[in-house]
Amino acid sequence: MGAFDYAPAPESRSIVDIAPSYGLFIAGEMVDPVDGAPFKTVNPATEEVLSEVAAAGPADVDRAVAAARSAYDTSWAAMPGRDRAKFLYRLARLVQERSRELAVLESIDNGKPIRESRDVDLPLVAAHLFHYAGWADKLGHAGLGPDPRPLGVAAQVIPWNFPLLMLAWKIAPALATGNTVVLKPAETTPLTALAFADICRQADLPPGVVNIVTGAGDTGRALVEHAGVDKVAFTGSTEVGRQIARSVAGTRKRVTLELGGKAANIVFDDAPLDQAVEGIVNGIFFNQGHVCCAGSRLLVQESVADDLLERLKRRLATLRLGDPLDKNTDIGAINSPEQLARIRELSAVGEQEGAERWSPACDLPDRGFWFPPTVFTGVTQAHRIAREEIFGPVLSVLTFRTPAEALEKANNTPYGLSAGVWTEKGSRILWMAQRLRAGVVWANTFNRFDPASPFGGYKESGYGREGGRHGLEAYLHA
Amino acid sequence: MPEADGDRLAVRKTYKLYLAGAFPRSESGRTYEVAAADGRFLANAALASRKDARDAVVAARKAVAGWSGATAYNRGQVLYRVAEMLEGRRAQFVAEVADGEGLSPAEAGDAVDAAIDRWVWYAGWSDKLAQVLGSSNPVAGPYFDFSVPEPTGVVAVVAPASSLLGLVSVVAPVIVSGNAAVVVASERAPLPAITLAEVLATSDLPGGVVNLLTGRAAEIAPWLASHMDVNALDLTGVDDPELAADLERAAADNLKRVVRPPAAAPDWTADPGLDRLRAFLEIKTVWHPVGV
Repeated sequence: MGAFDYAPAPESRSIVDIAPSYGLFIAGEMVDPVDGAPFKTVNPATEEVLSEVAAAGPADVDRAVAAARSAYDTSWAAMPGRDRAKFLYRLARLVQERSRELAVLESIDNGKPIRESRDVDLPLVAAHLFHYAGWADKLGHAGLGPDPRPLGVAAQVIPWNFPLLMLAWKIAPALATGNTVVLKPAETTPLTALAFADICRQADLPPGVVNIVTGAGDTGRALVEHAGVDKVAFTGSTEVGRQIARSVAGTRKRVTLELGGKAANIVFDDAPLDQAVEGIVNGIFFNQGHVCCAGSRLLVQESVADDLLERLKRRLATLRLGDPLDKNTDIGAINSPEQLARIRELSAVGEQEGAERWSPACDLPDRGFWFPPTVFTGVTQAHRIAREEIFGPVLSVLTFRTPAEALEKANNTPYGLSAGVWTEKGSRILWMAQRLRAGVVWANTFNRFDPASPFGGYKESGYGREGGRHGLEAYLHA
Repeated sequence: MPEADGDRLAVRKTYKLYLAGAFPRSESGRTYEVAAADGRFLANAALASRKDARDAVVAARKAVAGWSGATAYNRGQVLYRVAEMLEGRRAQFVAEVADGEGLSPAEAGDAVDAAIDRWVWYAGWSDKLAQVLGSSNPVAGPYFDFSVPEPTGVVAVVAPASSLLGLVSVVAPVIVSGNAAVVVASERAPLPAITLAEVLATSDLPGGVVNLLTGRAAEIAPWLASHMDVNALDLTGVDDPELAADLERAAADNLKRVVRPPAAAPDWTADPGLDRLRAFLEIKTVWHPVGV
């Protein structure tokens, strides 16, 4: 061990109690599936099987939607807003009380570093529930008319990159506005959603207000296409988003989609370079780059490109990759072998197309799914690694000379979820922020999230906003 | 068309398309006969083609930067000017709406008055939207964080059968916020739309901000719905549910924002609310650290 090496500081996993198998959470109870086969969920850092989870079939989805409808009709929609608020406050408090357990469980099932699940995911989950709890009895003041009405049953399908946080983003506004929910977590990360089912039990939430059906794409499709659903909320890939947009065509279902991205993180020559390096690292290596708004395209002004890249590489050499439960870990495991294969494939394409690949010296564990932090330089706009979402710890570096060129390159994508701008010049920040076609612009920062701050995309990054007053609109008739 | 008094023979108008601020015929050379509600021949309207639709999208895209970059005050003045121009040509619109929709002169007059007032109403929204729909967001950290509405870009609109009031009620909310529109006019009663284009062309509205096509919605709309440089699609005027579903499916190719046809026949005299304005806006959120 060298002078600056770190001793392992693993978080204990004894705080979590994972059952050997789980059913579905329907009408307030854990029930066995009617027509679904079980599947395994795996710790991506060790490939250890964690539990067997039910894949809900059409009959199970049907039951869950019926339970949600019944709860909507009999208890939830007509409940005074202040009481819905109290239930949401309870949920928020219970998440806070159990946050250590949930953070460890999230890291085990997802592979993300405990430092992130503990310090980012879980605090934001509780904050989101708190924020929307307060809205439940103030909906007449949300700018959607004096008496906005809920939509009904919301079908919510969420991804594996922030499992519990995405659950909170979906469930909190839906419940606050008087809708009931059938939520499907991603097939590789069902465990924290099932733990949340237990939290619903502890909160005495009326049965059927929240239903959780686990499964893969088929389950999601059955849920989204179910005729008893009034609202579809999806976070995930643009390709699946397109399928959902097609499948709801001709119905009265309301839809919000939060999809992929290929964000530009733009560094001007007057930017504080060390701060920008931290922002770049946070932008693309946070959560192994499994972030829809990740700053996956670094656009750096030519005059500082060499200097910035040298500093960036020096910084990347200090990142620690390994055990997600180690409190020193910066980069955890890739969530699944499928995702690892995609990252490997696109990285190979990057090399084939002529970009130069670099990674710091980095030992990968023998078991589990791992990919080192990777930087491609000499990338052009035609390269697939500059156009396609990799959803991994892979940064593509391009250069520019003028603000107009930076803007042109940044907007040259079918996506429009987020963007970053680094410069000390205020007027330039605002000029860029006005012209970037993206739903979130981080200036001199990156990857910041808050329940009061609307989040969502332009163009093929989807439609609708989550967070704040704007997030209510997706769940209400004005 | 009103024939002139006495012996004088009226000079009739050729109704053409309105593209990029000009009035061309359909590139296809096609026209179709437009009849009054009582069957009288009114005019031959241009039967727009796929190429016309694509040209219209190109014109609209070109207009987006200038129009959305204009100040809200300026956009409001232009829309108010549209109301002024419309008021000045009230009699002409009353006659065209009465002919096209089979209304009495009094009913047509009410529709035209309501259309004029609607422009005034929307004109006033231009510099208020950002305050009403935007926000400053109290995030839990040392950041200034704000959200502003921005136009989504190019919006394709299938206008409803209400040939002037309905048309104005779907076009004004699209453009007041800085979008550019490609509009398919009411198939049966397209003449007020083209006359409205003459009003737009003399109201300092930059060319390309509104492009008007006449013809068959079932023929033109699919090209607009699948066009990859169109950002949003308003299906208000699509009566056929099958066609509406097809168009919505095609719109998914680039995830256009879609406004579906209304569940019930809309009352165009009712308070429009903000739904149509919101439908073609994006919310952009900007973060910046606070520090010394």
